[in-house]
Amino acid sequence: MGAVVESKGGAFRTWLNKRLPVDQFVADQLTGYYAPKNFNIWYFFGSLALLVFVMQIVTGIFVTMHYKPGEATAFNSVEYLMREVPYGWLLRYLHSTGASAFFVVVYLHMTRALLYGSYKAPRELLWIIGMLIYFALMAEAFMGYVLPWGNMSFWGAQVIINIFNTIPGIGPDLVEWIRGDYAVADSTLNRFFSLHVIAMPFLLALLIMLHLVALRQVGSGNPDGIEIKEKLGADGKPLDGIPFHPYYTLKDIVGVGVFLTLFAIVVFFAPTFGGLFLEHPNFEPANPMSTPDHIAPTWYFTPYYAILRAIPDQRLGALAFACSVLAFVFLPWLDRAKNKSIRYRGMASKLLLGMFFVVFLTLMWLGLQPAEPAYVLMARICIPLYFAFFILLPFVSKADGNGPVPDRVTYHAH
Amino acid sequence: MSDHAADDTVPEVDESRRKFLVAATAGTGAIGAVLTAVPFLASWSPSESARAAGLPTEVDLSKIEPGQMATFFWRKQPIYIVRRTPEMLASLSTHDAELKDADSKESEQPDYTKNQQRALKPEWLVLKGTCTHLGCLPKTRFTAGDATVMANWPGGFFCPCHGSKFDLAGRVFQGSPASVNLRVPPYSFKTDTMLVIGVDPASAGKVEKGAA
Repeated sequence: MGAVVESKGGAFRTWLNKRLPVDQFVADQLTGYYAPKNFNIWYFFGSLALLVFVMQIVTGIFVTMHYKPGEATAFNSVEYLMREVPYGWLLRYLHSTGASAFFVVVYLHMTRALLYGSYKAPRELLWIIGMLIYFALMAEAFMGYVLPWGNMSFWGAQVIINIFNTIPGIGPDLVEWIRGDYAVADSTLNRFFSLHVIAMPFLLALLIMLHLVALRQVGSGNPDGIEIKEKLGADGKPLDGIPFHPYYTLKDIVGVGVFLTLFAIVVFFAPTFGGLFLEHPNFEPANPMSTPDHIAPTWYFTPYYAILRAIPDQRLGALAFACSVLAFVFLPWLDRAKNKSIRYRGMASKLLLGMFFVVFLTLMWLGLQPAEPAYVLMARICIPLYFAFFILLPFVSKADGNGPVPDRVTYHAH
Repeated sequence: MSDHAADDTVPEVDESRRKFLVAATAGTGAIGAVLTAVPFLASWSPSESARAAGLPTEVDLSKIEPGQMATFFWRKQPIYIVRRTPEMLASLSTHDAELKDADSKESEQPDYTKNQQRALKPEWLVLKGTCTHLGCLPKTRFTAGDATVMANWPGGFFCPCHGSKFDLAGRVFQGSPASVNLRVPPYSFKTDTMLVIGVDPASAGKVEKGAA
């Protein structure tokens, strides 16, 4: 990596590379970037996230050609897209399914980081940039959900924007400023449209670029959590590393094939996914006179939403909600184990992480249920367990994360 | 300019002067950037027409029967108006201990409605129909004893989104995610059957600053 590349090939290629460092870029980023040879299935999801991002941009461009922001036009323009535009239904379902697919892939990508300690030094900043991508993605998805101006769009916007009402002092003024009116209205819809199609995609692209630059700087982690840069061969390349291209580009293409197959099945056979990806109340227009009986955000927000509504105090609820999202940012410093990977940590660490996954998924399910006492009680049991993970992690990881690790990555040839 | 050829000594740099100039330039630039942000941020505030649409609204009460609720719009927010029966009013004093803020000390309402009935005239309850928790519309559960809401239910409102419960004066029950009572908008009676939302009594023209 970093070596100056002699330009091979014909006159045009030489001419081009003197003016634009194409060969140099490919060498630095792909053929000369050495990734550990022991990647497993968990390492598919970074490249898949990039794929979904590109898909969302492309389908978004085409959906925007038919969408008309505005209280009076938004809902009908989406119905027009669905019913009258040739393949409009497909464009819309690709875009709406893409939003959920983005979160599926990102959650699996984050799970990988939790399993193999990918957030630990020297990858703290890589992790934090990743978290910023996650937050930006949440904002992007939320605003995108408001655009069709269905009844769930309207009331979802009402509920989420009102969370800011709990900020002491400036809350009510801030909420009015975000909405641009005394209630969620035309002004809110139009600014969300602008942010959704211009500001947030730009921000996401910038953050994704920074994420990749930071990754190239520190190098990929691996399931053993040991650094391949510490064992270099005579040629200065990591002994346990293989060039990203062609080895991992080819591997990732297999992942892309599997992913697109599953994605197409959802798009063609279950685009609403039983109300999880597109909620039923959103197929009726926004109605400020009628709250849907059961308001639940789309599935990817529900763990935090379950926390928000289970706490019988408005301010504490919003605070716990914010903490539950932000807590991930501090993982690099909460985890004090010497070893990165869960493979070389004790039973206590494994149980703690396992408990967290169970609690997160339980809260995700609870957030989709109506606000009935039994569900609220279950959420109240899960909340302390959720935060226990972050509070106990420093102690547990310090106690049982220091055992021996292999000298070289474990790898079995197929 | 004098002859430079013979003079190859570098003139001494005045570091403190240079630091001051760098700081002054950067500071001026930063102030300019902040001031430039003002119009962009201000453009998000409610527009003139949105403000104009927030003017007081007159409501005819003559068609509301005792025990009934009607919903009107003021500032694009639903306003609940309930004509309370004597039984409904009597129910208000049965459950003070179960309320978070029985005396409405922490809640938002005009001073003239800071009483047990939270009203100018006990018969008429006027509330902003947006839950103080996160802004859903609480549903009417006026039937006393409705066990699907809670045991010993005195009648009131139930918010379907997150389960907040309010009595027939909009006061929040303990165990609700909402922390304060339903808000009361400023209002006054023009005549016995004509209510004006957005105008305090005896101070026509004064409009409350908007909140959810």
